[in-house]
Formats: sequence, structure tokens, C-alpha cells
Amino acid sequence: MTSKTLTGILLDEQVELSLHEICHACSTSTEWVIELVDEGVLEPIGQQPIAQQPTHWRFSGPSLSRARAAARMQQDLEINLAGVALALDLMEELEAMRERLRRLSE
Amino acid sequence: MDFKDYYKIMGLERDASKDEIKRTYRKLARKYHPDVSKEADAEERFKELGEAYAVLKDPEKRAAYDELGANYKAGQDFQPPPDWDAGYEFSGGGFNAGDSSAHSAFFDSLFGHGFGSEQTGRRQAGFNARGEDHHAKVLIDLEDAYRGTTRSITLRAPELDNTGRVTTKQRTLDVKIPKGVKQGQRIRLSGQGSPGVGEGKSGDLYLEIEFKPHKMFKVEGRDLYLDLPVTPWEAALGATVKAPTPDGPVDLKIPQGTATGGKLRLRKRGIPGTPPGDLYVIVKITLPAADTDAAKALYRKMEEELAYNPRSKLGV
Repeated sequence: MTSKTLTGILLDEQVELSLHEICHACSTSTEWVIELVDEGVLEPIGQQPIAQQPTHWRFSGPSLSRARAAARMQQDLEINLAGVALALDLMEELEAMRERLRRLSE
Repeated sequence: MDFKDYYKIMGLERDASKDEIKRTYRKLARKYHPDVSKEADAEERFKELGEAYAVLKDPEKRAAYDELGANYKAGQDFQPPPDWDAGYEFSGGGFNAGDSSAHSAFFDSLFGHGFGSEQTGRRQAGFNARGEDHHAKVLIDLEDAYRGTTRSITLRAPELDNTGRVTTKQRTLDVKIPKGVKQGQRIRLSGQGSPGVGEGKSGDLYLEIEFKPHKMFKVEGRDLYLDLPVTPWEAALGATVKAPTPDGPVDLKIPQGTATGGKLRLRKRGIPGTPPGDLYVIVKITLPAADTDAAKALYRKMEEELAYNPRSKLGV
């Protein structure tokens, strides 16, 4: 349909996303993302962000991957947010260990 | 189109109870969830499982499927009878037409049409909403992350035509992949998601970067790991050898007395970025075969002259 080459924005650590952008990309409500912050799954950037209005929160680019993984897990595995938070932390640890093992075992 | 045996997919008997279906689903979902699982075919298995569960957990869909499925075996060529669903009333809330590309053709042929009311309902006069965001994965080579590239991506997305029916629309986008991308990073393409409703803006398209496995390099963040074979004399005496990098071969200095497993760092030779990654070379000392008289004689000579016991620290 189009032959023009599209250039997007790379969501790296330098990119900041708003609460609304995270909600829209995860197809969820703002309340749900606020809950993610309350559970410590997501952390807004900056000094004492929790003291600010959620509408002023900014998130780093990679937060989106974490939020989406949380949304999928909550929906597909029918677990609550505290469970999602625990699973995400353990998976991150597991991934770091697997990488280490991969390097050491070969 | 192949017939799918949803009971077999879930490993259940045809008379499984509702509770049993739920229990089995949860157990398998934890095992194959793509965010959790490391199984190679997790995504495929999970999709199949979700589809099976969507049908079997719903008494109406299950009853319709059971009646239909009695005469079929998994993998058998399948065409749904024209009025197969007559007499069954599917209540809403089950299948969302927006997800139809996520299901198999088999599922769509049975449950994919006539469930689109949720979307048509949104088309009210004077109602404006931003279009949905879409997500897709894009597979690239490690080398692409060093140089940047342009990838052609074909996407299938369900769309509503003028009459409100769901059709699948295919489109191809050429997308620039910038230099320095990492595994799992996303690229946002503004306005390339679903069209908005009314005056609403289009949604965005998010592309998740995934590297194809590389035969030489292992990737961790922006760092790369390479196993480099060296000879015993290169390791013992020190040498400058050629080492491959995704950017082309470089000269690498092996320090005198390098042990096998030794790690040498090539600063900033990993994936570019701020900061750029490093390339770690893991030294693997390999032995020449003792398959000629001359080679055997050399090994014998080493044995006689070096008086080396690698097990002295083990007390033997």
C-alpha cells in the first residue's frame, strides 16, 4: 500500500512516556497503571514522582514492555497484581541467571 | 483447513468437567505463557491453548463444538457445514472480533463471525475515539543492530468494512530499524495502528525488536560474547590473532599465559549506543590432533621437557 520508509521512535531509556501513553498501548485503564505503580511493578522517573499527580508521571521506554507483560499475565493466568509483581521480579532474576549459566557452561 | 481437537490440545477426556478444564488450562497456561516460558514453541502452544479454552469453558460453544467434532479427528481436512451453528445462541462477551487475527483459521471459521457486535456498537453518530494501538514483532539480524536497516513488515489486522462485517486486511510497511537497537526494545510508529472512530486520531503501531539467533555471538543487552579457539602456543606465548566481530574481523592481542576460559574485552565493539556495548572474547584452547608421527613426537618432547602436572593442586 505504501512504499515510503517509515521512521519510528525507539523506546529506549531516554524516551519518556506519559501515563496515558502506557494505558493506551496496553489497552487498560489509568487506574490499572496507577495500581502497577502502587505495587512497584512500574516506577515513574524523577525525584519523588509518587508525590506528584499521576497525570504528571513520566515512564522510561522499557516500562512499556514490563506493563504489557503484566497485563498479559494478569489476564491470561488470572493472577492478581501482587502475584504479577512477584512473578516479574523472579523472572528477571531467572533471566539474569540463565544468561550467566549460558556463558559459563559453554 | 485442519480440524483442531481442542480436547487433545488440553490433554483432556471429552467428558472433562468444567472445573477440570479450568484447572488444566491454568496449569498449562503457566507452563506455556510466552512471557514466562522458555519452551521453543511456547507462543504457538499458548495460542492454541487459549483457543481451546475459549471454546471448552463456554458451555454453548462447547456443546456446538462437541456435536460437530464427533466425526472428526485432529489434523483431518475440515470444512464447517453451512448452517453448523443454527440452533446455538452465542451470548456476547466471548470472542472479541478485534482479536481475530490471533486465532486459527479453524477457530475463525466456527466462532469468528457474528461476534463483531462489540465493535460495530462503537460506531455511533458523534462518537469520537482514538484508534487502538497495535503490536507486532520484527526479527532482525545482529548485524542490523550495528548498521541499522530497513525492514519490510507485513501485518494482518481485522477491519470493519462499510457494512460492519469483519474482514482481514493485509498491509506492508517499510520500517527503518535504527542502529543500536537492543533485543526487546520497541519502536513506535505514530498513527500506524487502528484508524480512529469519528474525529479520533489513529492509534500507534509498536514493533518489538527480536534478534535471530546468531551462530557465533551471544547477546546480552548491548554486550556480545564470542568463543574464540586459540592454539596452545598462542595462549602460552602470546600472539595477535584475527577475531570476528559483527563489524568485520579485528586483530586481537592474546596475552602471554592466557588460560582457557580467559575473558578478553574489546571495548565498545558490542552493539553501538550510548553507552556502546563491549565484545567479550572467551578463549578456548584447542589441541592439534596427534595424528602423524611428527605430531606425536612433538607431544612426547613436551612431555619429557616440560615436566608439567596440571593436577598438582589436587594432591595427585
